[in-house]
Amino acid sequence: MTKNCHNDHKMKFALEEEFPDLSLHNNHMAKVLNKDIYDKLRGKSTPSGFTVDDCIQTGVDNPGHPFIMTVGCVAGDEESYEVFKELFDPIISDRHGGYKPTDKHQTDLNWENLKGGDDLDPNYVLSSRVRTGRSIKGITLPPHNSRGERRKVEKLSIEALNSLDGEFKGKYYPLKDMTDKEQEQLIADHFLFDKPVSPLLLAAGMARDWPDARGIWHNDNKTFLVWVNEEDHLRVISMQKGGNMKEVFKRFCVGLQKIEDVFKKHNHGFMWNEHLGFILTCPSNLGTGLRGGVHVKLPKLSTHAKFEEILTRLRLQKRGTGGVDTASVGGVFDISNADRLGSSEVQQVQLVVDGVKLMVEMEKKLEKGESIDDMIPAQK
Amino acid sequence: MPFGNSHNQLKMNNSCEQEYPDLSKHNNYMAKVLKPALYEKLRSKQTPSGFTLDDVIQTGVDNPGHPFIMTVGCVAGDEETYEVFKELLDPIIQDRHGGYKPTDKHKTDLNPSNLKGGDDLDSNYVLSSRVRTGRSIRGFCLPPHCSRGERRAVEKLSVEALGALTGDLKGKYYALKNMTEAEQQQLIDDHFLFDKPVSPLLLASGMARDWPDARGIWHNDNKTFLVWVNEEDHLRVISMQKGGNMKEVFTRFCTGLTKIEELFKNKGHAFMWNEHLGYVLTCPSNLGTGLRAGVHVKLPNLSKYRQFEEVLKRLRLQKRGTGGVDTAAVGGVFDISNADRLGFSEVELMQMVVDGVKLLIEMEKRLEKGQSIDDLMPAQK
Repeated sequence: MTKNCHNDHKMKFALEEEFPDLSLHNNHMAKVLNKDIYDKLRGKSTPSGFTVDDCIQTGVDNPGHPFIMTVGCVAGDEESYEVFKELFDPIISDRHGGYKPTDKHQTDLNWENLKGGDDLDPNYVLSSRVRTGRSIKGITLPPHNSRGERRKVEKLSIEALNSLDGEFKGKYYPLKDMTDKEQEQLIADHFLFDKPVSPLLLAAGMARDWPDARGIWHNDNKTFLVWVNEEDHLRVISMQKGGNMKEVFKRFCVGLQKIEDVFKKHNHGFMWNEHLGFILTCPSNLGTGLRGGVHVKLPKLSTHAKFEEILTRLRLQKRGTGGVDTASVGGVFDISNADRLGSSEVQQVQLVVDGVKLMVEMEKKLEKGESIDDMIPAQK
Repeated sequence: MPFGNSHNQLKMNNSCEQEYPDLSKHNNYMAKVLKPALYEKLRSKQTPSGFTLDDVIQTGVDNPGHPFIMTVGCVAGDEETYEVFKELLDPIIQDRHGGYKPTDKHKTDLNPSNLKGGDDLDSNYVLSSRVRTGRSIRGFCLPPHCSRGERRAVEKLSVEALGALTGDLKGKYYALKNMTEAEQQQLIDDHFLFDKPVSPLLLASGMARDWPDARGIWHNDNKTFLVWVNEEDHLRVISMQKGGNMKEVFTRFCTGLTKIEELFKNKGHAFMWNEHLGYVLTCPSNLGTGLRAGVHVKLPNLSKYRQFEEVLKRLRLQKRGTGGVDTAAVGGVFDISNADRLGFSEVELMQMVVDGVKLLIEMEKRLEKGQSIDDLMPAQK
């Protein structure tokens, strides 16, 4: 176990002197972290040297917003969730609808278990997309990893992705060697990710050494995309125009499985356990790490008095078409699953497929001036 | 430091080549000096408080630099950094501080009576005068590395020390996190308020962590002596006033600093200082005196003169806009200050500013009358 000597140095100060001032804070970490928990955890460190101060730094530096509840902490390695469970468990419970420390999470990436989803009306559903994240076992996470570790993630990822064939055959574009032409194309395709500017991510140390070992891989068809070393080791995205969520989800599952097989061959499976599912940097992405959604035209429904209520009952959330924290444009919304942990991938995508189908029907009714009162769903 | 100072042992499992940063597009002092062989030598080390080589260089790796401005690209996390990582920092110090050698000794002179003149700079030209420096409190880690407990201890000691000042130096402390709107507005109007750093150079080194905890501003009732607590350094001390009486500014500066140092010593805390590097500060560029003494001076004619840069260089002075570093001059008014920090004493640097500015004004007056200034060109100091 690595001795964390700066942490030992800090132990000379009393609890009172080190405990952060969270009086103006509004995030999950600030709700949970009291002096007792801090006292209990401050002397600990994961085998790679991540400490409780490392976990919470982003939440201390970003007090939050009165209306948006950010998580306020990150993991630096797989062991963070275990070593600091007294902090993470209550946060996970609060963020993931009451998920208990004893609960088990089910993983289901068998696309055949999805019912329907191939017939969402393309007059309303403009595009469909599923994304998730994966962490490579044995390597520390983006807030903490060294250049050597990050480069290893990249190397393993390139090997795995280059072994893909058929509809998955593609190419890797490292951020630091990109030509201007490649960059413009990736921007035009909406594939390019840039150095984080969000203070939430910067405070957690995820932008260190940018753009070293960061890159984008996509297949020739531009329907399967992998981000390497951005917020997580890997972000995997399947997408296409129109409403065939089934096809998008099939490609997603098949591609993920192929990639995982290659990593396993190198003795680097993905971080996963039966309680938390897939382990990712941000506690909000535990479980499936899955956000499955569509860009859908709902100009009438979105102005209906019960729009928010309907979304809540369908376990869906809305975003603008620029992603999280953006506004919708022209009545087009990004509608996706709200849950990540405690339900499987198939279950979450099923909620999206069924929910969007219902909302399109509601939109059509409202277009004709008809009532939708009899269509309001029960809480799922 | 949240960025993995002590998973150093784990990193040692990777080879030097795997960990060595890509500095191919970089242009800062650290990138000039840090070759793979040196990285190999230093990567396994750490200071007693746990600051590592990667911690030292992170800001320089994350900020490749500018083709025209040479940034330093590294910081110290504690006093021992300059010793443990001397193979890296000595060449950087040498390059940045005009050839200063590892064996050189730095002289400290904070006796204001050693300054000749400086009380008569023409106030038609010199609008204001200012002297600043930094101080670090021995025994505590520096802003890139310190914990909340350490930072608060620095604040507590500072508030106590400053609270004991009397006479012309009597004043009040304004903690950033408790400031009222009225206080904030007043401090902005007085140009005293400092805010959370936005410069990526500072952010990348971890100096903005836990903002605004334990940060604050103290100033005397006369608003001529100001101390920043826990910004880029433990303390930044500033003496300033309108007009050209640099002697008065420097006298207050020395008196105040000496008193503060005495008060800290009484509490068992000296300032970080040694006979090689002088005052030890977070950024290697501020070693020695940490002193920047300057004036805001009107030089509309001289500043357009083709040899203006050459004159400044020979006088060992530098120009900045009136907004400070990296700003442009407005209305022909320039911020003129000493270029050196290490290898000259405070009095010597002040003397250069005082004598140099006096000469620049003479030149300006000549040019106003359409006269030549060729005979006034100084030799290299």
